[in-house]
Amino acid sequence: MTVSAALRGAEVSAAANAAAGSEVAFDKVSVAYRGSVVLKPLTMSVAAGEILAMIGPSGSGKTTALRAVAGFVRPAAGRILIGGTDVTNLPPYERGLAMVVQNYALFPHMRVSENVAFGLNARGAARDLIAQRVEDSLRIVGMSKFASRFPRELSGGQQQRVAIARALAVRPRVLLLDEPLSALDAQIRRSMVEEIARLHADLPDLTILYVTHDQSEALTLADRIAILKDGELSAIGAAGELYRRPPNRFAAEFLGRANLLPVVVERVAQQSGFVEARLGETRVVASGADHPAGAERLLCVRPQNLTLTCEAERSNRIEAVLREIHWQGELTHLVAEIGESILRVVATRLPNPPARGDKLEFFFSPSDANLIVEDGSV
Amino acid sequence: MSDAVALAPRAARLNLGGWWVAPPLAVLALLFLYPLILIGRAALIDDSGALNLAAAWGVLNSRAFLNALINTAEIALASTIGCVILGLTLGLILAFAPFPGAGLVAQVIDTFIALPTFLVTLAFTFLYGSAGILNGALTSGLGLDHPPVDFLYSAWGVILAEVTVYTPFVLRPLLAAFSLVDRSQIEVASLLGARPLRIVRQVILPAALPAIVAGGSLCLLLTVNEFGIVLFIGAKGVITLPLLIYSKAIQESDYQGACAIAIVNVALSLALFSLYRAAARRLGG
Ligand SMILES: Nc1ncnc2c1ncn2[C@@H]1O[C@H](COP(=O)(O)OP(=O)(O)OP(=O)(O)O)[C@@H](O)[C@H]1O
Ligand SMILES: [Mg+2]
Repeated sequence: MTVSAALRGAEVSAAANAAAGSEVAFDKVSVAYRGSVVLKPLTMSVAAGEILAMIGPSGSGKTTALRAVAGFVRPAAGRILIGGTDVTNLPPYERGLAMVVQNYALFPHMRVSENVAFGLNARGAARDLIAQRVEDSLRIVGMSKFASRFPRELSGGQQQRVAIARALAVRPRVLLLDEPLSALDAQIRRSMVEEIARLHADLPDLTILYVTHDQSEALTLADRIAILKDGELSAIGAAGELYRRPPNRFAAEFLGRANLLPVVVERVAQQSGFVEARLGETRVVASGADHPAGAERLLCVRPQNLTLTCEAERSNRIEAVLREIHWQGELTHLVAEIGESILRVVATRLPNPPARGDKLEFFFSPSDANLIVEDGSV
Repeated sequence: MSDAVALAPRAARLNLGGWWVAPPLAVLALLFLYPLILIGRAALIDDSGALNLAAAWGVLNSRAFLNALINTAEIALASTIGCVILGLTLGLILAFAPFPGAGLVAQVIDTFIALPTFLVTLAFTFLYGSAGILNGALTSGLGLDHPPVDFLYSAWGVILAEVTVYTPFVLRPLLAAFSLVDRSQIEVASLLGARPLRIVRQVILPAALPAIVAGGSLCLLLTVNEFGIVLFIGAKGVITLPLLIYSKAIQESDYQGACAIAIVNVALSLALFSLYRAAARRLGG
């Protein structure tokens, strides 16, 4: 029997959950603490079985949004729907969810197995089922050997596995993760990200809301990413798409590094989906639509998409003066000046390294560049 | 330079050689140990100054002593249970379901620790006494000739007064323990499906157990030795060990009997105190 088959075996809540559905919808949800609004009306939905990562700077309202789904805070306005049902007024214990938090929050006086059994006991599951589920859940996270330990006898990474097992044991409709890996060191964090991805492959119906500070975690795990800024949804979209075509400056800079150069739109290019714009005296072509002629926009190019050699006939060409060059083993970082702006370039191969003060030509493909607005939310 | 600074305290200690503890220890012994020894000695010696174990044994074998011991244990236990139940209820509300002004309420309850114990008893007499407000209202309101409420002049009156006075001693360590309970544990538990009562039972109380034991045993210790409240209520037949010692020594001038009972009282207190210390140590560590 495979792990996923075991997970889909006869169970208390799974059938009910499947019937209830597991998509999450925020419908104009706003949250205020003592009168000050920390989450502005938020409307977005997470499809059943999807992993949505919520990222954003500290204080942007990520945890608050998650707590509203959990039922720990009551929205000042708006509704939260899970599986199409309005749960806004349901207490947390009737929502059929589970959560994993940064500090694990294991029950210190309970053994690992008792921690994992807690939710099933609370939901009144039969004893055989509990034993079976505890065993399955601990096996999934590779903690079977530690069933009779106390949390204080485990490392941080092991505690987090137990916290995940405890959450999975109740077969939640939706799993809420609030920076689950941020207390772990970089190496363990990477392997845990892979484990969560594997876990989700085994539980394809499980909807996951994953809050993180770490954009690489978000890009690795998430189907879609929502970027929050000052309690507001700044951008949302499929992970790759959002990285390649961020809609605004904030999204571009939050998901990796970006060169943002001020340009003026000239006209829509012959090829559909592209526009022509002027960068100083240079004419460039970038992807984008709906930009009126004469509008001021930002040209967004990722540092690794700029090259020193012309690779295609249609490539854009811009001139810049090299200010700094840093060789870092596999990569070379170049900082160049173009007019008033700074251009950052990451090169993997540089047969003839240029010198400071050199006037260089950089190339980039129109499909690797896009025009975005300075500010804006969705 | 830094070496000299680091060495200085060690040198100072070496010079005194540990003898500095002698004077404070002597004062402590004089203040605390000596009276205890005197009492122990007085318990074994009769009025004529001769060793008289039979007299001491006689007192400890008497009906009066046995009744007082039983009364003391019953009242102390009942009061402590009352304090723990009330303290837990108040503590849970104040810590986990706070209402506007909860902090102020906690502080007011805390201030009760500062008040002399008999003050509450005095207030009780005004409230529930035979000439108190409650009985006054009831007799005039219902046209009775006898005050209907008379529980105050019984063991129940003592217990009620002790619960009022000593609940803060349970509440204070409980609130400290509750404030250390990780809120995310409670939230995670509730999301896993646990209703509030289960969370209290399985998440909060286990974390607060040392505080409950510490507060409860302190309460037990204080109620076993309570004198003012029992004397003030003056209920007929409610004689506890401290009251019996008082009446033997002051009213009957039976010093040997009083001291013999005092020894039992001290032993009981010390036993309860070690329980309290053990619990407090667990709470601290
Ligand atoms: N219980 C509270 N009372 C008052 N204000 C709060 C409370 N919890 C959060 N806030 C405020 O709400 C805002 C959003 O907080 P939130 O915890 O959602 O941020 P976050 O995006 O999760 O940040 P971080 O990345 O630091 O965890 C912050 O300005 C914070 O100060
Ligand atoms: Mg947060």
